Amino acid sequence: MSEIFGIPVAVILGQLTLGLVNGSFYALLSLGLAVIFGLMGVVNFAHGAFYTLGAFAALLGLQYFGINYWAALLLAPLAVGIVGIIVERLFLRHLYRLDPLYGLLLTFGLALIVEGSLHQVFGASGESYPVPDSLAGVLNLHFMFLPLYRAWVIVASVVVCFGTWFVIERTSLGATLRAATENAPLLQAFGVNVPILKAATYGGGVALAALAGVLASPVVLVNSHMGTSLVIVVFAVVVIGGMGSILGAIVTGLALGVIEGFTKVIYPEASNIVVFIIMALVLMIRPAGLFGKE
Amino acid sequence: MSVRRTAIFYALIAVFALCVPWLGIYPVFMMKLLCFAMFACAYNLLLGFGRMLSFGHAAFFGSAAYVTSWLVTAHAWGPATAILGGVAAAAALGFVIGGIAIRRHGIYFAMITLALGQLVYFVCLEAPFTGGENGLQGVPRGTLFALLPLRSDVVMYYLVLGVFIGVFLFIRRVVHSPYGQVLKAIRENEPRAISLGYDINRYKLLAFVLSAVIAGLAGSLNALVLGFATLTDVQQSTSGEVILMTLLGGTGTFFGPVVGAAIVVTLQEYLSDIVGGWVTAIIGVIFVACVLSFRRGIVGELAGRLLRSDPKRPVAGAPG
Repeated sequence: MSEIFGIPVAVILGQLTLGLVNGSFYALLSLGLAVIFGLMGVVNFAHGAFYTLGAFAALLGLQYFGINYWAALLLAPLAVGIVGIIVERLFLRHLYRLDPLYGLLLTFGLALIVEGSLHQVFGASGESYPVPDSLAGVLNLHFMFLPLYRAWVIVASVVVCFGTWFVIERTSLGATLRAATENAPLLQAFGVNVPILKAATYGGGVALAALAGVLASPVVLVNSHMGTSLVIVVFAVVVIGGMGSILGAIVTGLALGVIEGFTKVIYPEASNIVVFIIMALVLMIRPAGLFGKE
Repeated sequence: MSVRRTAIFYALIAVFALCVPWLGIYPVFMMKLLCFAMFACAYNLLLGFGRMLSFGHAAFFGSAAYVTSWLVTAHAWGPATAILGGVAAAAALGFVIGGIAIRRHGIYFAMITLALGQLVYFVCLEAPFTGGENGLQGVPRGTLFALLPLRSDVVMYYLVLGVFIGVFLFIRRVVHSPYGQVLKAIRENEPRAISLGYDINRYKLLAFVLSAVIAGLAGSLNALVLGFATLTDVQQSTSGEVILMTLLGGTGTFFGPVVGAAIVVTLQEYLSDIVGGWVTAIIGVIFVACVLSFRRGIVGELAGRLLRSDPKRPVAGAPG
């Protein structure tokens, strides 16, 4: 059993893990998007830019301050999260009363500012973050070789995703968050500081994107447009899953990464577009998305 | 603005436009500006009068540019038929993408059009006839109706100007027609329009296809003007630019998109000499400033100021 339909099993499994790695990034990003949208009604177009910022923070931190990978994993999301809170306080909070389309347009402008500036300062080529020594090896699973770093990305993302899900669905902080999603003015009348809650949520959501950026930095080229096309795919993931459900966002993200990986084996030309085609099909059958309610 | 002042305003603009070839302005620049103004007007029909925020309009502009260029270079079609071919492709694409996207509203509509626009981008990148990363180069303008040599920039300029004026008047006609009134009613209150018995999806789809057709016409002309169709034409950044043009000039005003297109195209053409690669970031700053401080756009804000003395007049839709 070394071949299926003339394709070596090792190749299939390799693409499967690559797909899971991509799916982990989709899941982390769509999770943040869903949480931000749920509470603030803002579709954060800048999500890809914050992902890029996270990767740049890790890379520059290593090059200029010698900050190692594990510290970057904590510090980069923290720094980006603070930037997110500042962005929310400076710009986004003025738009809550308006049509959500304005939030989309504003964050689109922010993404252009971030990506345009990074492009101008650091150029278009980009470089990769070195894989940390402790994760550099390859696992021999006897039926395939699994690069340790890929396994780490998948495990770390799944843990963080479910951690976020747990916080939102099973803790009192999460209960407050969900209450704010349902009826923010009423919650405020109970004495909860909703504006701070919103700022913190935006910070948290973009910190998740930055974390994905740090995790991705050793497996992709870190450059100014690494988040541009990713955010479009993540939007498609969110449309497919429906933004109502956190678990839905996680599962859809991982599943689409795997489907993309398989497409790369079977029909490589379509691997860039398969997510969009699935989105179109889902919209025709279930316009509200797989896990959405409307 | 009074009808008379509006008439004088348009007359001045028209005189200027007719004199452009003799004012020492680079004609290709003016033609590019007019093509993008047409594109922005098409976009405004959808966003301003139908409140549908499409993030994938470059798909129509770019695919029409590709089809026209391909028909001219690979099949030696004349300019008129090649433009028609490009427009037909944009119409078909608009029908499919619009049909899928209008199943959702608001931000979902935006995300769906963005994703489908990206799909078209990848198809243009990988399809066998689009020239991949290079695009289609060296597209000859040809001779229109075996009569007008479009190689001459002056002749081409007047053709583009004529088409632009036709499109501008057509959009005004559409918006003021009974169809346009229903479209605006749907924009203002969709459930109410449904309860009045309008099949809103048909109205929205027609608006989408009309917008795609005009965007395609602009793309086809632009490809003939410049002599090439490249991936930039279908890229998401082009979709973003047309949104900015419309927003900056004034969503839902007739002349706003033209002003916005003029500003953005001029900025890109001349600003890049001064600030180099910072253009993208500067466009982002304009976007943010627009959304935060003048959401009605330049023409919308100006009209609002001029009309403030007369509070009974509505603000939106001026001048016109």
